[in-house]
Amino acid sequence: MTLALPPTASSAPPSLQPEGWLRYLSFSLDHKVIGLQYLVTGFIFYFIGGALAGMIRIELVSPMSDFLQRDTYNEVLTLHGTVMIFLWIVPVVNGAFGNYLIPFYVGARDMAFPRLNAVAFWLIPPAGILLIASYFIAGASQSGWTAYPPLSLTTPAAGQVVWILSVLLLGGSSIFGGINFIATVLKMRRPGLKMMQLPMYCWAMLGTSFLVVLATPVLAGTLVLLSFDILAHTGFFNPALGGNAVVYQHLFWFYSHPAVYIMVLPAFGLVSEILPVHARKPLFGYTTMVYSILGIVFLGLIVWAHHMFTSATPPWMRLFFTIATAFIAVPTGIKFFNWLATLWGGKIALNSAMLFSCAFIVHFVFGGITGVALAQVPFDIHVHDTYFVVAHFHYIVYGGTVFVVFASLYHWYPKFTGRMLNEDMGRLHFTLTFIGFNLCFAPQHWLGLNGMPRRVAEYDPQFTLVNQISSVGALLMAISTLPLLINVIWSAFRGPMAGDNPWNALTPEWLTSSPPPVENWKGPAPLVTHPYGYGVPEGQIDLKGASGKELWTSGS
Amino acid sequence: MTTLSPSTDSLPAVAGDAAPVLEEGHGDYRMFGLATFLLADGMTFAGFFAAYLTFRAVNPLPAGAIYELELILPTINTALLVLSSFTFHRAASELKQERMGRCRWWLLVTASLGFAFLGGQMVEYFSLPFGLTDNLYASTFYALTGFHGLHVCLGALMIMIVWWQARQPGRFTPSEHFGLAAAELYWHFVDVIWLILFGILYLL
Repeated sequence: MTLALPPTASSAPPSLQPEGWLRYLSFSLDHKVIGLQYLVTGFIFYFIGGALAGMIRIELVSPMSDFLQRDTYNEVLTLHGTVMIFLWIVPVVNGAFGNYLIPFYVGARDMAFPRLNAVAFWLIPPAGILLIASYFIAGASQSGWTAYPPLSLTTPAAGQVVWILSVLLLGGSSIFGGINFIATVLKMRRPGLKMMQLPMYCWAMLGTSFLVVLATPVLAGTLVLLSFDILAHTGFFNPALGGNAVVYQHLFWFYSHPAVYIMVLPAFGLVSEILPVHARKPLFGYTTMVYSILGIVFLGLIVWAHHMFTSATPPWMRLFFTIATAFIAVPTGIKFFNWLATLWGGKIALNSAMLFSCAFIVHFVFGGITGVALAQVPFDIHVHDTYFVVAHFHYIVYGGTVFVVFASLYHWYPKFTGRMLNEDMGRLHFTLTFIGFNLCFAPQHWLGLNGMPRRVAEYDPQFTLVNQISSVGALLMAISTLPLLINVIWSAFRGPMAGDNPWNALTPEWLTSSPPPVENWKGPAPLVTHPYGYGVPEGQIDLKGASGKELWTSGS
Repeated sequence: MTTLSPSTDSLPAVAGDAAPVLEEGHGDYRMFGLATFLLADGMTFAGFFAAYLTFRAVNPLPAGAIYELELILPTINTALLVLSSFTFHRAASELKQERMGRCRWWLLVTASLGFAFLGGQMVEYFSLPFGLTDNLYASTFYALTGFHGLHVCLGALMIMIVWWQARQPGRFTPSEHFGLAAAELYWHFVDVIWLILFGILYLL
């Protein structure tokens, strides 16, 4: 009967799959190859989006629009937002680390749908090229990443339609990825591995993927209707034709508020993996972390209209969405204190991964506080569409998520390549990024409070000095990418060999070689029931006798 | 790295050989994946329905604008689509009793009902007194029914493909028939969406 069995997993990989570095340019089905394809593609778009941000900051050095034409400035800020959200952060925190790590964490040899996975990745480069090319061919969209009508109906149509097409492709990619993550986490777990034993990133990706699957299709449908308005001259969102522009805002934010959590929940998961390893402590409050993620997913779906307090929202709506938004501070606060408790009394290694993770906590709390402030209607009406909002979401998305992407790069680079990154270069990268980021975005709170509107190439001369400070910060951020790039490229060839488990970590991806073999483990997949079971010297931590381990293994 | 003391006393429970024998073959989660996709697809319709209901609540039809729907043809269409769900179910149960001839017959009936629905929709489109861009409600009507009609069209083509594949003996067995099961789940989904759409677009 053994002759009738299908070939087992240990057989040679399919012969049509290229070997060596060419794998990364192919329609590979290996989740690790796809993860790194996402990561490298994401970083390419990060540098493009960063160059666009640089153009914005150069323009804003002086109050007049002298570096860029006004229309060009609008195109640049639209491309910057779209590239950074849809081509950098979402693909990297979901696609890159998700594809690389989730199969390890559930004890599987690949994702549930490897072909769908490859399709999801290969939708991204054409979408990105389409978006960037629209600038050179027809003029890019000028209506911002929100594409609010009627603005998006009156700006040049060609760029707007290409923008819609690009975002639809990226949304499709995102949905395919989300379906894959849900099936992998729920269905592909190694026998004997319970849900409450999974590393936290699995829970984060499960919650994120439900948001992707529930919210992204609404954006897709809305953008199809918007393209009808542009191309067929229907009036869904066009008040001049009897339509309703506010309906667009509702549908758009029904996706785009959850999109904030699609960008930040995976970062929560990643940082929950990094902190215990480098603090040699169990992740504090595992169960509360899981329920916080689920709570954020639920609340994230019912708070969208806090982006629309100036869009003639009726009082009951303002009341509901203010209260619901304020409630999100509860699960995020739980996670914040859990991270602090994980660090508390730990044997902390202040390496680059840990420095970026700690900076994430600081920035995220600050961005969270301004977020709670923005949820309050009287305050929001004052600062709506000002630089205060710009500062707020950059603290969440850059100070939060991008810092975690860097932390994750320093943490998992040894696994990706088998070589260590240079720590001194990493700390230099961290210092420059940390100072540059705060110098760039902290002053923008003041600009916004004093009434400087966002998305405008020109501003009142009284804001000149603070804008110049902000631009110096942006310059530092640009310079900070140099040590990162040099480090990543140099270390790939010359870095010291990492070995299987340089951090003495306990999560399953470290229990194999670096880089791992094609099907993740040479032998059977390990059953890791205590991914955070780090030793704590007796007496070093006193949380009423609970070492953290007991807090989350109460079920087993 | 030397600053990180390896905590050998608390290594994870790595159960290598002691673990139960792993099923190394890749499990078949395609139906689960399809169901997740249909959840996403359903959310697209939910967005459209929410937009339509908001328009209804907020944007009155301007004076002089024409937006009238007949009920007879859509009701017949609804009956055809509901009936086709039952005929597909019948095809699946014939397969379970390994009567492939009857299974293929009922698949053909189902696809025919689907195409009849599309034909009815076409007749309705050409007899309506308003066009796509006439007013907000006209646009919404064509967008919603058109998007659903696209789903019916794809579903009917899927059924024809399954019907063609079922010619080969052993292509679908009572235990292994993903293509047919997927088409059936999708078809029921399209049917349920139509019932909601019919309710809020024609009856409300």
